[in-house]
Amino acid sequence: MSKRPITVSVDRLLRKRDTPAPRKLPADERSCPKCQTHWTSDEMRRNMRVCAACGHHFPAGARERLDQLSGGAPWVELWPELRASDPLQFVDLEPYPDRVEKAEAAGSNEALVVAEIPIGGHDCVAAIMDFSFLGGSMGSVVGEKLARACDRCVERNLPLVVITASGGARMQEGVIALMQMAKTVVAFDLMHDAELPVIVVLVHPTTGGVWASFASLGDVTYAEPGALIAFSGPRVIEQTTREKLPPEFGRAETQLSNGQVDDVVDRRELPARIGKVLGILERPSGMAPAPAVTMARAGAERAANAARTLPDLSRRVVSKVLRSDDKGGR
Amino acid sequence: MSVAARRGGQFVRRLAHRLGGSPETGSAIWETIQLARHQDRPYPLDYIERLFPDFEELHGDRLYGDDPAIVAGIGRGADGPMVVIGHQKGRDTTERTYRNFGMPGPEGYRKAMRVMALAEKMDLPVITLIDTPGAFPGSGAEERGQGGAIARSMQTMLRLRVPSIAVVIGEGSSGGALALGVTDRVMMLENSTYSVISPEGGAAILWRDAAKAKEAATAFQPTAANCYRWGIADVVVPEPAGGAHRDHDEAARLLGGYVSRAMRELQALSPADRRRQRRDRYRRIGAYREVAVADPTAMASGVDPASASNGGGSAA
Repeated sequence: MSKRPITVSVDRLLRKRDTPAPRKLPADERSCPKCQTHWTSDEMRRNMRVCAACGHHFPAGARERLDQLSGGAPWVELWPELRASDPLQFVDLEPYPDRVEKAEAAGSNEALVVAEIPIGGHDCVAAIMDFSFLGGSMGSVVGEKLARACDRCVERNLPLVVITASGGARMQEGVIALMQMAKTVVAFDLMHDAELPVIVVLVHPTTGGVWASFASLGDVTYAEPGALIAFSGPRVIEQTTREKLPPEFGRAETQLSNGQVDDVVDRRELPARIGKVLGILERPSGMAPAPAVTMARAGAERAANAARTLPDLSRRVVSKVLRSDDKGGR
Repeated sequence: MSVAARRGGQFVRRLAHRLGGSPETGSAIWETIQLARHQDRPYPLDYIERLFPDFEELHGDRLYGDDPAIVAGIGRGADGPMVVIGHQKGRDTTERTYRNFGMPGPEGYRKAMRVMALAEKMDLPVITLIDTPGAFPGSGAEERGQGGAIARSMQTMLRLRVPSIAVVIGEGSSGGALALGVTDRVMMLENSTYSVISPEGGAAILWRDAAKAKEAATAFQPTAANCYRWGIADVVVPEPAGGAHRDHDEAARLLGGYVSRAMRELQALSPADRRRQRRDRYRRIGAYREVAVADPTAMASGVDPASASNGGGSAA
């Protein structure tokens, strides 16, 4: 009883300081489905599409995530020329090529974007899924890009960072899409043989064939708060087994207590956490101990200190640290 | 030539016709699905009984429980001792319920992995017999790591030093099937199917109506002949006339012959060569286009490239 009103009042105070005033505007994709706070596009971008009032994580596109991870440092997309083809001449409610065309028109070229990128000063290859492209489904292009990403890691002795957001295998490519599961496991096996680290971040939602293949095989696995992580989604389970599932079924926090992920990490803390892990696992293969390592550590320490002194406000403080960091970058 | 061998020859000729013709479509696909799911169709224990006079079934994953939807064990047959693992569906209502309709949970895949470890230790080839509508969708299975169990089963198979053969004997649907399917050779029985999801599941997702299973099946085109064309199946194994359910002995004899031959080929290779070829086999699968992208650096700043296609070949 006593805790909740206090939290709310702190939130209000903070919001007044951070932003001009809470606005009551018609609901759209910028209003938080949890707490109804409305944000400007600019505020959303600066806060990494996380609601600064309640911590709700909005969906984020692959390119925006790359900007977040690099802190505004430049990155280079790899193999954007790979596009879906239609091996089965598949038609459900509409032909597959039409679906692809629409998805491409909306701004993405496929459900996986691969880039060479520095995170916390560590060069790596990042493979980021985009749920807005046909539900982030894994077809031949996703499989091929991830396989090439691992090849590139092995060639250049780089770690791999993967962010997953997918409904699973792409139905429209039939059994060829199913086989991409095995293909991605092959790719991760090359990383294993080359003794290169793989960090996987599971974001909402990661289900089906993606969760049942490479998404489950990271060396370090994080999940964003509230992300649904499951092989079968709640609707399928309820229909098949007549079970009534609780709302927390399959959510990141539940999967943490199930032992399926290493930690639930706020999106605004992800660049620092990934940078920290990359720093710890970095191979001493002749590379100078980059000042970037120290930078990333300092960042993580700052965040940790802030969290210690102001436990209730840690998220907001971290977001401020990140904001001040990205001033120069963009 | 024995009578059996001559009959075998007929099956092979019929099959060659089926594989050489145009891709199978429409009602032919739905008929195949009915055959693949026929309740009298031989299941793994029917094949094992005929091909491995000495067989010892092993139970339990040593972590949580035993999953009757997957049978696993060691057996000695015409080609010596082997490890056999398969999805077991169950023929009558009681057995189907006991075997959960051949839908494994994580314990099933972990039992498979445990028995594969025995194969590695004792240098035994691994045969898997695939026949499942998919891995079980249930909250318990999810809590105990269904996704990770499937992924790690594939990883374990990929790393095997011993020869491995997967045979799709009935319906192979979704990751629940592929979890036992990452092998040196993939065979499909003539009337088996291999698909990204069951027709009912696909219909529920794509048509939002599970009753559209027939439409979904036609769209997925999951027959053995089609999978052979796409390079998903290396070998299509002929069935007795009318389907494997007509004659279990003959179906087992035909399968045994194909397995023996493939096993001899595989045993001629070194473990390292087998593993490399196995990796290459799955690395190659995919169909995509490569389009001209004006300026790759344009992508980095978030500017869209011209998405117009200039053709480009599709890899298969």
